[in-house]
Amino acid sequence: MNFNSKRFSLAAGALILLAVLPMLPVPPFWITLLNNIGIASLVAIGLVLLTGVGGLTSFGQAAFCGFGAYTTAVLTTAYGISPWLTLPLSLAMGALIALPLGLITVRLSGHFLPLGTLAWGIAIYYLLGQIDMLGRHDGIAGIPPLSIGDHRFMSGSSIYYVIWTFVILTAIAAQNLLDSRVGRAIRALRGGGQAPEAFGVNVVRAKLTVFVLAGVTAALAGWLYAHMQRAINPTPFGINMGIEYLLMAVVGGAGYVWGAIFGASIVLVLKEVLQRYLPDLIGSTANFEMIVFGILLVLILQFARDGLWAFILRLFPLASARKISADAPLLEKRPTAPQGSSLIKVEKARKTFGGLVAVNDVSFEVTAGQIVGLIGPNGAGKSTTFDLITGMNSLTSGTVSFAGKQLSGRSPRDIAGQGIARTFQHPKILPDMTVLENVALGAHQRGHSGVAKSILRLERGEEASLLAEAATQLERVGLGEFKDRPAGDLALGQIRILEIARALALDPAVLLLDEPAAGLRLGEKKELATLLRKLRSEGMSILLVEHDMSFVMGLVDHLVVLDFGTLIAEGSPADVRKNPAVIAAYLGGVA
Amino acid sequence: MTDMLLEVDGLHVSYGKAEVLHGISLAMKPGSILTVIGANGAGKTTLLNAIMGLIPSTGQIRYNGQPIPRTVEARVAAGLCLVPEKRELFGTMTVEDNIELGGFLRSKHEREQMQEEVYQRFPRLAERRKQLAGTLSGGERQMLALARALMSRPRLLLLDEPSLGLAPKIVADILQIVAELRTTGVSILLVEQNARAALEIADEGYLVELGEVRKSGPAAELANDPSLMEGYLGRQDSED
Amino acid sequence: MDLTIATFLVQDGLTNGAIYALLGLALVLVFSVTRVIFIPQGEFVAYGAMTLSFLDAGRFPPTASLLLCFGCLVFLLNLWDMRREFSVSGLARNALLNLALPAAIYLLAVTLASTQPGAMVKALLTILIIAPMGLYVYRIAYKPLADASVLVLLIVSVGVHLALMGLGLVFFGAEGLRAKALSSGMFMVGSFPVSAQSLWIYGATIAIIVGLYFFFEKTLLGKALRATAVNRVGARLVGVRTQLTGVTAFVLAATIGAVSGILIGPIATVYYDTGFLIGLKGFVAAIIGGLASFPVTAFAAIGVGIVEAFTSFYASSYKEVIVFGLIIPVLVWLSISTTVHEDE
Repeated sequence: MNFNSKRFSLAAGALILLAVLPMLPVPPFWITLLNNIGIASLVAIGLVLLTGVGGLTSFGQAAFCGFGAYTTAVLTTAYGISPWLTLPLSLAMGALIALPLGLITVRLSGHFLPLGTLAWGIAIYYLLGQIDMLGRHDGIAGIPPLSIGDHRFMSGSSIYYVIWTFVILTAIAAQNLLDSRVGRAIRALRGGGQAPEAFGVNVVRAKLTVFVLAGVTAALAGWLYAHMQRAINPTPFGINMGIEYLLMAVVGGAGYVWGAIFGASIVLVLKEVLQRYLPDLIGSTANFEMIVFGILLVLILQFARDGLWAFILRLFPLASARKISADAPLLEKRPTAPQGSSLIKVEKARKTFGGLVAVNDVSFEVTAGQIVGLIGPNGAGKSTTFDLITGMNSLTSGTVSFAGKQLSGRSPRDIAGQGIARTFQHPKILPDMTVLENVALGAHQRGHSGVAKSILRLERGEEASLLAEAATQLERVGLGEFKDRPAGDLALGQIRILEIARALALDPAVLLLDEPAAGLRLGEKKELATLLRKLRSEGMSILLVEHDMSFVMGLVDHLVVLDFGTLIAEGSPADVRKNPAVIAAYLGGVA
Repeated sequence: MTDMLLEVDGLHVSYGKAEVLHGISLAMKPGSILTVIGANGAGKTTLLNAIMGLIPSTGQIRYNGQPIPRTVEARVAAGLCLVPEKRELFGTMTVEDNIELGGFLRSKHEREQMQEEVYQRFPRLAERRKQLAGTLSGGERQMLALARALMSRPRLLLLDEPSLGLAPKIVADILQIVAELRTTGVSILLVEQNARAALEIADEGYLVELGEVRKSGPAAELANDPSLMEGYLGRQDSED
Repeated sequence: MDLTIATFLVQDGLTNGAIYALLGLALVLVFSVTRVIFIPQGEFVAYGAMTLSFLDAGRFPPTASLLLCFGCLVFLLNLWDMRREFSVSGLARNALLNLALPAAIYLLAVTLASTQPGAMVKALLTILIIAPMGLYVYRIAYKPLADASVLVLLIVSVGVHLALMGLGLVFFGAEGLRAKALSSGMFMVGSFPVSAQSLWIYGATIAIIVGLYFFFEKTLLGKALRATAVNRVGARLVGVRTQLTGVTAFVLAATIGAVSGILIGPIATVYYDTGFLIGLKGFVAAIIGGLASFPVTAFAAIGVGIVEAFTSFYASSYKEVIVFGLIIPVLVWLSISTTVHEDE
């Protein structure tokens, strides 16, 4: 983490204030409020990971709190187990229930998860109120307080420290996670499903991970809540609280871990104020704060979709460059294929959509050290052929093999793992992430550390290697100076180069480029051609799909020309250019 | 200049921070066919979308001597109509419904009249009135897209790659229909990669490269311009 | 189980199921046209039922005041939007639709409330008060977010739900209300007793379904709504304004909500927050229909009603658990049967 001094002093100040506050002569309800804020922050941090970072959402987080709270309540009261022993069990309960629910919904389009959580959040509330063992609607009382040795955390100001220690540890853990290989994959989820798969991220697994983590943090909040209140009933785990937690995440800013704490503070303080003053204003007592909350939610999404924390961050801009350690161990590289050996072999590939034959028994080969161009007019089947190789589309008949191994039927992720990296015709980058992080995503499959290691920062060595690799690839393509800029700041030509760097970070045997020159200016095209030649001289094999003939002419070793899904010509650029069928396909009519 | 149907002056379009059209200007006379040709990514589709109002742009567009209306719907009402590259048909609705909806902004009387004309022009569609648009073949879809566009009684038809993905014979048919339409007084702005065929039926041609107009002039001249062939097929000696 | 109980339960299930069907259809309608998952649909039901109850009691329905407030707010918002491009006709339209219309309805409500009109008049007045709210809610909450993602629109919906429910509490109070039946009495169908109110419910549900069918199949506006659902770009290119279809969908939804409220008001005690639960049962049906299919949603809703009736007999305390738990197997099934996993 890189703090500049202003941010650092702010954080330190906040921490000191937090530490001494209970010792100051403040009214006790302040402490109660802060305890509630702390507990809500835990849930909101989980939601920030889920909604703001992963692009999923849940209205049912309060139910996960309930699982944590009831688990410890039952085990401590009925079986006399120590609260510290029930902590892992409560967390496991959260994970255990999130996992199947996540498995069911993550494959569906985005809105089914929140709808599912809405319905089941209600179901759980009623269920908690019906089970005898859980005390039905009365709940469970007499839950023991937390204790260390003889010290019992009975008072609000003593459990305060326990709660806030957990909050700060959770926030740091979340921050650590986001700043790791797994975190990058989670952050890539917002960019849509296909691109991350293509550079090796298991999208379903990333979604599940973040959903389970959100469930676990909510269960932690529930566990703390049970030992703070020492009596629980179903009400705080109902759908209304579920909605309130989401409000906190949205207010704070779905995307900022510290924003979650900020959001929880705003919502709970606002609630306190409203409950105190609104009844006088309206003349009766009821939950009128929901009107204000509802309007607040709508207004924030209309006018400040990034939440309020974004405004605060803007006051303290982060101006830091990520340090790349020069002595990070190099990542393992795959052995280079001998010059001239067969890499990609397409044999009688055929793809039909309904009655339409998009690719008609096309065969060609890419050998090591070659640049092969796949060209043809629009609609000729180039992109479909490309998708058949990368696994985005399945073959109707025929085969595609890579270094003798069949690729047909494998997922894009698997194919990437074989050493086939691709770029996209419409670049798929994450504009909010830095250029370096975008490239590091490409190296995803070359790292292996999981969630636990990331949270505990035990993967720093590997992470340094991944980032060093990303930096190396950026230098290689000539974008080194942009590495700390948000990728969205780059011009189109640079973005295309960035995609090539990302593909190179996979350490591929073959690069597949989808119309890399489309939309580039002449100068940019020349630079791109120079880069591709340089890569070839370094031993890289390249297959590129191109519409623009002038771009490929002086560049490629071999051209394959498609028209109406059929291979109409193949050979050296000079020969192809003279081929009457090619001229006719490009200019129309009889040349 | 006031006798022009469409005048585009210094049109800029950006996607995010990347500018894709760098000040395009063109003018077309009423009743003419103007074709815009150029390589993929040159900005042809962007140009049509900007003229239709689907994407924001800066610069001036004048239509019929007036500043062009602001919204897509107002532009349709004023007689512009775009047949997009992807056709954008209503796939799960019948051919008949697709055609009827084409005349959404016209009166019931006009709609009925146009429906008859359209079915006469495309007898193939008349046979398939009750079929779902999504089940049509590529050529039929293009016809339906044209038919739907004609229902709005356009004065200026914007056609984006009408030949895309169609077999050569059908391309000829479609371009034939486009040429016929002109005789009914409809002006056509045609974006086409099939440059030779497009220049054959057009009055004026514009070659667009990298978001800028590179060349323009009477279509017949452009068709015989040797540099056009180069622009398309590349000059082997141009690279080192 | 004896047959009488079974028929009674089925009838009960059908009655509730018919209302869930109406809600489910409104939800599918709004989602397919505007991509908004319209959680607050239930609030329209509660507003409808409570408005009718107030009219039954000879009291002025506070929803009419609420409508006037909404109208004024929309008028002001539109005025603000017009600051750059002012036109007299635009101002006139704005005033007519957002000031004159709610004012007229308000006055009508003032006049009629104390006169104890017939049941039909009260029902129509209720619809008249609730339906324009669809327009105003769309304009205030959703129109500025027309290009937002489904997820953002969903969270907005939850905000709108909270606000409308809270306003319901302010305007109606926390007490439950029950409206008078549109017509009382029982009929014997064969040997089974059937209440007149449930006949109203079946009749109104069928009428609305048939009406929707004709609207979507036979009218140009209905086809434009379908076209928008199928292909937004295509719809814009033929001159269909996104706002027109959005407003139409929301007004239809509000109307259907009001009708549902009128139907349910006499058979259940309605509180300010009852609408949410009723609406969510419509959602269970809509989700079974994949938020896309009208017929599947309607049949699923009947199923939800029947499941609910039987569980409330056999395991009444687990009623809500089972009804909302139904969603889990449905999601499992959707997840297995679906092949798409791209968001939007």
